[in-house]
Amino acid sequence: MGFFLETLLGGLMAGMLYSLVALGFVLIFKASGVFNFAQGAMVLFAALAMARFAQWIPQWTGIANPVFANVAAFLVAGLIMFAVAWAIEFLVLRQLVNQEGATLLMATLGIAYFLEGLGQTLFGNSIYKIDIGMPKDPVIAFDKVFEGGILVNQEDLIAALISAVLVALLSLFFQKTATGRALRAVADDHQAAQSVGIPLNRIWVIVWCVAGVVALVAGMIWGSKLGVQFSLATVALRALPVVILGGLTSVPGAIIGGLVIGVGEKLSEVYIGPLVGGGIEIWFAYVLALAFLLVRPQGLFGEKIIDRV
Amino acid sequence: MIYRENGQFKTSYRADQQIFAIVQDRWAIAALLALAFFVVPALASDYFFRAILIPFLIMALAALGVNVLVGYCGQISLGSGAFMAVGAYGAYNFFVRIPNMPLVPAILLGGLCATAFGILFGLPSLRVKGLYLAVATLAAQFFSDWMFLRIKWFTNDSSSGSVSVNNLQVFGLPVESAQAKYWFCLAFLCVLALAAKNMVRGAIGREWMAIRDMDVAAAVIGIRPMYAKLTAFAVSSFIIGVAGALWAFVYLGAWEPAAFSVELSFRLLFMVIIGGLGSIMGAFFGAAFIVVLPIFLNQFLPALVASVGLSISTAGVSHAESMIFGALIVWFLVVEPHGLARLWSTGKQKLRLWPFPH
Repeated sequence: MGFFLETLLGGLMAGMLYSLVALGFVLIFKASGVFNFAQGAMVLFAALAMARFAQWIPQWTGIANPVFANVAAFLVAGLIMFAVAWAIEFLVLRQLVNQEGATLLMATLGIAYFLEGLGQTLFGNSIYKIDIGMPKDPVIAFDKVFEGGILVNQEDLIAALISAVLVALLSLFFQKTATGRALRAVADDHQAAQSVGIPLNRIWVIVWCVAGVVALVAGMIWGSKLGVQFSLATVALRALPVVILGGLTSVPGAIIGGLVIGVGEKLSEVYIGPLVGGGIEIWFAYVLALAFLLVRPQGLFGEKIIDRV
Repeated sequence: MIYRENGQFKTSYRADQQIFAIVQDRWAIAALLALAFFVVPALASDYFFRAILIPFLIMALAALGVNVLVGYCGQISLGSGAFMAVGAYGAYNFFVRIPNMPLVPAILLGGLCATAFGILFGLPSLRVKGLYLAVATLAAQFFSDWMFLRIKWFTNDSSSGSVSVNNLQVFGLPVESAQAKYWFCLAFLCVLALAAKNMVRGAIGREWMAIRDMDVAAAVIGIRPMYAKLTAFAVSSFIIGVAGALWAFVYLGAWEPAAFSVELSFRLLFMVIIGGLGSIMGAFFGAAFIVVLPIFLNQFLPALVASVGLSISTAGVSHAESMIFGALIVWFLVVEPHGLARLWSTGKQKLRLWPFPH
C-alpha cells in the first residue's frame, strides 16, 4: 500500500510538471487557435537562456550572489522570450492570418526547428545546470501510518506548488480581465474578433509572451531537475497527450489531463511494464489519450466541435 | 515558343483525360525516364549514387505516400516514420523467416504489414479530426519505436537490436552494386508513382480531395468518410511501407529502430510541405530538396564561414541546418503554400505563352 501510494504521488508530481508544459499549448490554442508545436523548443530555448545567463551575469557584474544571478537571469530570459514572441508574431503569424489550423500547425513546426537550432547556436549545446536552490533531499511522510512511510521529493512538491500558483493566476487572467476576454474572442473567430475592433496582432503578441513565460517557468523547473540539454525539447512530446486528453481549449483540462497522464504513466510502468518488457511510459500516455478520444473526441473539457456546411 | 500546344485537338474523352495531355509533356517525360534509366547510371559516380540518388528515390517514394494522406486526404500525420519502420521490419521478417523468400514479394508484403498498421492507427481519424489527429498519429510513432526496440521477436531475437540483410537478389541478379540498387529503387518508384497518380485522378482520389476540402459537405453528397479516410490511410501506408523496406534493405543494409524515429516523420512532412501538398510532382521536388540540402550545407557551409574568417563545428552545421529547415518551412507556408510544385506549374503556364505575357 505504501509503495502504491508512493508511485501514485510520484505520478501526480510528474503530472503537475507535464501540466505546466501542456498549459503553454492550451494557452496559445485557446487564445489564437494555433496548435503550437514549438512549445517544446520554447521550453528548451528559455531554459538554455536562463541557464547561461545565470552563469554569465556573475562573471560580467562580479556579483557572486546566486539569488541575484538567478533573478537577473530569469528576467533576462523573460525579456528574450518576449522578443521571441514578438518576432514570431511579426514574421510568421501576421503573414498567416485566417489560414487553416493545419497550415498554422506546420508553421509552428518550422518555428520549433528554428528555435532549436538558434538556441543551441547562441547558448551552446552541452548540458547546463540551473540551480535555483530547491532542496533536493526527499522527506519521508506518513511514516506513522504505513510501514516505511512514503518518500516525497521536496523538489517535486515545490514544482507542483509553483505550477498551481501559475495556473490559478492564468485562470484569473483569462476569466476576469478584458484582455482575457479578447483572447477568447480571437480564438473563436479571427475575422469576427478583428471586425469588432480587437487588435489581432497585439493579442497574438500578448499570448505568445504569456506562453513564453510559461515555457520559461517550465524550463526552469525541468531544467533544475534534469539539467538543460536538447532532450528538454522532447518534454513537449510527453505533454502532448496531456493536452489531447484534457481538451485543447481548457486550462483545468491541462491540469487534470497532466495528473491523469502522470499517474497513468507511472502506474503502467510499474505494474504493466514488467509484463511487456518495460519502457512503455511514452506510448502508454499516447494510447491512453487516443483511447479516450475515441469515446470523447473533444477531450475531457474541450469544446465540442460543431461542423456546419 | 517550344511549349506551344495549339493544333493539338482532342477528339475523345480518353485523349482528354490522359495524364500528359500535351505532346511536349509526353516527350519530356519519355526523355526524362530514358535519362533516369540509362544515362544517369552510366555517368554517375558511386558516391553520387549512394549519397544522393538512392536516398532521393526512396524518400521521394515515401513522400509520395505521405502526400496521399496529408496532401490529398487532408489527414495530417506525424507517424510516417512508424509506417516506414513497420514496412522495413515486416519485410525483414518475411525475408529471414521464410526460406528462399524472393526480395520483391518480401518488400511488398512489408508494405502490406504497413497497410494493416496504418488502417489500425487510421481508425481514430473517423472520430478525431485535424489537430487532434495529428497528435494521435504520434501514438503510432512512439508505439512502433517501442515495439521494435523491446519485442525481440520482430528483430529475429538479435542480441544487439540491430538487424541486417545481405545477399539481395532479384531473379538471380544481385542487387549489390550502387547501380543495381539505383535501378531497383527507380523501378519501384516509377510503378508506384504511376499507380498513385492514377489513383488520385480516379474516383477514389476525388473522394479523398472532397474529404480534405470539407468532410461534412463530402459526407452530405454521399461520400463515405470512413471508406475514403481508411483507403487513404491504407494506400499511403502501403507506399510508405514499401519505401521503408527499401530504405532499410537497399539503402541502410543494417539498421536499428532509431533509423525510423519521429525525426524522420517530421522530415517526410517537410518534404511534402516544401514540395507541394496535394501534388505527385511535389513529392519528387520535396524529396530532392530535403535530401540534397544537408549534403550541400555540410559541404559548403564550412567553406562559406571560413571565407569570412570564422570556423564552424559539425554541431554548428547541424544547428544551422535545423534553423534553415525551420525558416524554409515558414517561408514556404507564407510565400508559396503549394510548394515547389506550384512554382513548376506556374513556370509551365508562362512557357505556354512565352515570349508574350498574355
